Amino acid sequence: MTDQAYNFAYLDEQTKRMIRRAILKGVAIPGYQVPFASREMPMPYGWGTGGVQVSAACLTPSDTFKVIDQGADDTTNAVSIRKFFERTAQVATTEHTAEATVIQTRHRIPEAPLGEDQILVYQVPIPEPLRFLEPRETETRKMHSLEEYGLMHVKLYEDIARHGHIATSYAYPVKVEGRYVMDPSPIPKFDNPKLEMAAIQLFGAGREQRIYAIPPYTRVVSLDFEDHPFDPSKADHPCDLCGADHTYLDEVIVDDAGGRMFVCSDTDYCAGRQAAGHRGRLSEEDAA
Amino acid sequence: MDGNALTGGFADAPVQSAHAFRAALNALARPGRIERISGAEAPAPVSPAAATLLLTLCDAETPLHLAGDHDKQPVRDWIAFHIGAPLVGRSHAMFALGTWPALTPLDAFPVGTPEYPDRSTTLIVEMDALAATGARLTGPGIETEAHLALPDIAPFRANHARFPLGLDSLFTAGDRIAGLPRSTNVEAG
Repeated sequence: MTDQAYNFAYLDEQTKRMIRRAILKGVAIPGYQVPFASREMPMPYGWGTGGVQVSAACLTPSDTFKVIDQGADDTTNAVSIRKFFERTAQVATTEHTAEATVIQTRHRIPEAPLGEDQILVYQVPIPEPLRFLEPRETETRKMHSLEEYGLMHVKLYEDIARHGHIATSYAYPVKVEGRYVMDPSPIPKFDNPKLEMAAIQLFGAGREQRIYAIPPYTRVVSLDFEDHPFDPSKADHPCDLCGADHTYLDEVIVDDAGGRMFVCSDTDYCAGRQAAGHRGRLSEEDAA
Repeated sequence: MDGNALTGGFADAPVQSAHAFRAALNALARPGRIERISGAEAPAPVSPAAATLLLTLCDAETPLHLAGDHDKQPVRDWIAFHIGAPLVGRSHAMFALGTWPALTPLDAFPVGTPEYPDRSTTLIVEMDALAATGARLTGPGIETEAHLALPDIAPFRANHARFPLGLDSLFTAGDRIAGLPRSTNVEAG
């Protein structure tokens, strides 16, 4: 039921126009962070206000909306954002990736490949990939304009010097269409190869007031070295519920004796595989 | 101001502008793809697609340049009533509306700065028709290649060569729209 006290999709029209202009400039300059006048939302910064504003600017009443938090549809953040748009826009919601036209995500890309008629909206905490190397916005902006990304390679090299391999495992920096180095938000590096996809990808950082985008089929290359090529690694286990050996896994502690299980972080994908008859080590019928 | 200036707006602004934005987003994110966009009617010679784009993207915060035949009093009145955008010269335009002959040469439009390449003009180019033939397009948003009948080749090649600076174009004809961002490489078809 739509709450008539609010404009469609919560934001006023002038705000949506401003966000829409920023999105279009972001699409025209893939990987470049467009400043926008982020609004106060009825949720705290850090809970996806950037993604929510981008979703609000994109949604139409004929959309089907899905929200995931670390791959799961049923966590607090995902449930509350889904309910927010059920209440303020007339959108249908779903947990099935294939049925959704707009998917808002925190820190994962769905396992199922996305299609041309879909939009993936990321919640981004720190949009600037160089921020922890150079805290001044004036300097990082200059570095992007001069394509001066040596510092990022030094950081990856220091990883190798200290750990023997590139230890960055999430928010792994990428270069978009050979120009801008971009933070793909804190997705696991396992998801980085999926950044080249048929869907439109939009990134919203509410607190940091930045929007950026990757159009479909844009070249997205994870930074690496010839002798230390990029490795999209994951836990070396199959899923204990659906048996998948090609998905990103969560490790769950299940008792006080050190027992643990690995399950797909993408709950919809895992449920779909189980419904199709796939079984893992701890599937209920085996455990019973 | 005659009565025409008061009509032709959205009947249901939040929903119609949302659909219109999605058409514009799809057009710009997938260069060469022709989308349908409608809902607004402005005085001639503004096409329904261009009128809808103006209502969806422009407001009092977006300086607008009207070029050639589009710079006439009924159009100015319509924009004043529905949008309130300040009408400016080329060098201050965030959006520019006109036919290709009226908009060219493009030199005076801002192309952004190295640190803020987004501060550039978006051109709304009124065309007689849109067709997915002619110039060969490659780049972000295009899986292999796309084709779009462009009014010219060289200015778009020069525009792309300046990437990440540059102008972004939205082509309109009737209720149709196609996009050509600065990121697209253009070659003669």
